Amino acid sequence: MSRTRTPVVTDWFTGDGDDFRLLGTRCSACASVFFPREDGHCRNPACGGGELAEVPLSRRGRVWSYTDSRYRPPSPYVTDPELPWEPYALIAVELESERIVVLGQAVPGITVADLTVGMEVEVVPGVLSEDAETTWTTWHWRPAGVTA
Amino acid sequence: MTADVAVLGAGMHPWGKWGRGFVEYGTAAARAALADAGLEWRDVGSIVGADTVRGGYPGYVAGATFAKALGWQGARVASVYAACASGAQAVNAARAQILSGLADVVLVVGADAAPKGFFRPAGGERHDDPDWLRFRVLGATNPTYFGLYARRRMALYGDTPEDFAQVKVKNAALGALNPYARYRKRVSAEEVAASAVVADPLRLLDICATSDGGAALVLSSMEFARRHGAADPVRIRAVSTVTPRYPNTVLDLPDIATDSAAAVPPPDETFRASIARAAYEEAGVGPEDLSLAEVYDLSTALELQWYEDLGLCGEGEGAKLLREGATALGGRIPVNASGGLASFGEAVPAQAIAQVCELTWQLRGDAGDRQVAGARVGLTANQGLFGHGSAVLAVR
Repeated sequence: MSRTRTPVVTDWFTGDGDDFRLLGTRCSACASVFFPREDGHCRNPACGGGELAEVPLSRRGRVWSYTDSRYRPPSPYVTDPELPWEPYALIAVELESERIVVLGQAVPGITVADLTVGMEVEVVPGVLSEDAETTWTTWHWRPAGVTA
Repeated sequence: MTADVAVLGAGMHPWGKWGRGFVEYGTAAARAALADAGLEWRDVGSIVGADTVRGGYPGYVAGATFAKALGWQGARVASVYAACASGAQAVNAARAQILSGLADVVLVVGADAAPKGFFRPAGGERHDDPDWLRFRVLGATNPTYFGLYARRRMALYGDTPEDFAQVKVKNAALGALNPYARYRKRVSAEEVAASAVVADPLRLLDICATSDGGAALVLSSMEFARRHGAADPVRIRAVSTVTPRYPNTVLDLPDIATDSAAAVPPPDETFRASIARAAYEEAGVGPEDLSLAEVYDLSTALELQWYEDLGLCGEGEGAKLLREGATALGGRIPVNASGGLASFGEAVPAQAIAQVCELTWQLRGDAGDRQVAGARVGLTANQGLFGHGSAVLAVR
C-alpha cells in the first residue's frame, strides 16, 4: 500500500534532501520577509506595499530557545491514542539573514538534553503523521552535523 | 493624563472546578460587586461583558447573557473579546463610556468555565487561523511557549529552575490567604521540583491551571461616586490596551514565527514592556511609585519576565529581585499579593477583572492577612493572544 505524501500546510516548504527549504515571501518595496508566508499585503506599516514574491528561507540558523511536549497535545494535533505518548522537542530557531525566529519540531530522537541555546541547526524534511492514505509531511530542525 | 473613574464595587465568585456554567459564576460575581457598591442592578446604565469562547453563543455575547440573567432592565450593552486581555478591554470600554458621558454607572463582568487539561482551538479545518495551525502542525500547547521563554531566560540571564520554583512558593503562600483562590495550600520548593515536567524546563507546579471563576466591577464617574457618598473611592487612572509595533521580535502565542527584522529594525522596547509604559504615561507615574502589582503569571518564569517589563528591576534582574524578597508581602514591591494565577488558575475573561478586584481591596485596606501596608498605587498587567496588551493602574 502506498501513501500519498502531502504537506501538512500548502506552500510553506519545498524540495527534498539537501534542497529542502522553508518558503516565505518578500516584499519588493521594503524587502521585509514573512513566514508563514504573507500573500495579501506587506505588513510593514511604513511600507506602501510592494509585490510579495516567494522566497526560500536560510537552511541554517541558531537555537533561540527550545522545550518539549511531555504530554499528548489535543486535537487538531494528530496522534494515535492507542500508542503510548512519545515526547518530542520543539525548537525556536533564529535565522540570521532574515532576522526571524521560526518554531519547529526537532527531528525524532533529538531530546532537550541534546540542545543548547545558540547551537546551529538546519531545516530538514520530516513526517508529521501517517494515516491509511496519506503521509503528512512537515519541516524539522536538526542539529547541524547530525545525520539522520 | 485622562480623568479618573471610580471603582464603587468589586465582587468575585471563588475560582475552582465547580462543574457549572459561566453564567452562574458571572452573575454571582456581579451581585457581589453591586452589593459592595451599595447599588441595585436597576441603577446600572450600562453593562460590559468579557466574552468566553467556551460557552457557545451566550459566551460570545456575554454582556447580554449576564444582563438577561440579572433581569432585563434596558441597560446599554457591550461585549468584548481580547483573549486573556478581555477583562481589561471590558474595563476600558466601561471607562470610555463613563468619561464620554454615555453612562454614569457601568457593570463589568467576566466569567469562564474551563475544560480539563490543555486549552485547544475551536473545531474545524482552519488553515488561515494561527491558533489552529500551531496545534495542527506543531502540537504547540500554551505550556510549550512558556517553556521556550523559561529556557531562554536560563540561557540569557542564568535563571534556574529553583528560582522559578520560588515564585510558586511565594504565590502559593499568598493564595493560601485568599478566600477566592482555587489553591489555598502553601507549596514547598521540593514539591515543585517533584512535580512532573510538562514542557521542559517547566513542571506542573510552574504552570497555571485552567479554572472556573467569575469577577465583576461596578465603575462610575467621580461625580456619581460623590453623590453616592463615596468621597474617597479607589480610582482607575489609566488603562493600557496597546498592540505590538512592527516588527514584533518576541515569539508570541499563538505564532509559529516572529516578524522579520531584516528590513526594519525592531522597536526600542518589547511589546510587553510597552504595555506597562503606556499605563505609566497615561497615569503620570512610574514604577517607583507602585505599592503593588498583579501580573499574569501563566508560568513562574513569566512572572520574573514581568518584573523587568514593568520596570521593577533591570533586564535580567527578575530572579535577583525575587531572591531579595522585594516582591513578597512586606517587600519593597509585592507582586501577586492575591496569590496570582499560580493560586487561581486561569478563568480567561474573568482574570484581568479579578486583578483589578485585588487592587481595589488592597487600596481600600480591605485585603485582610495579605494586605500590602499603606497601598496607594497599584498596577495590573497581562497579555492576550493575538497582540492584546492590558494594564490597569489604580490609585487611592
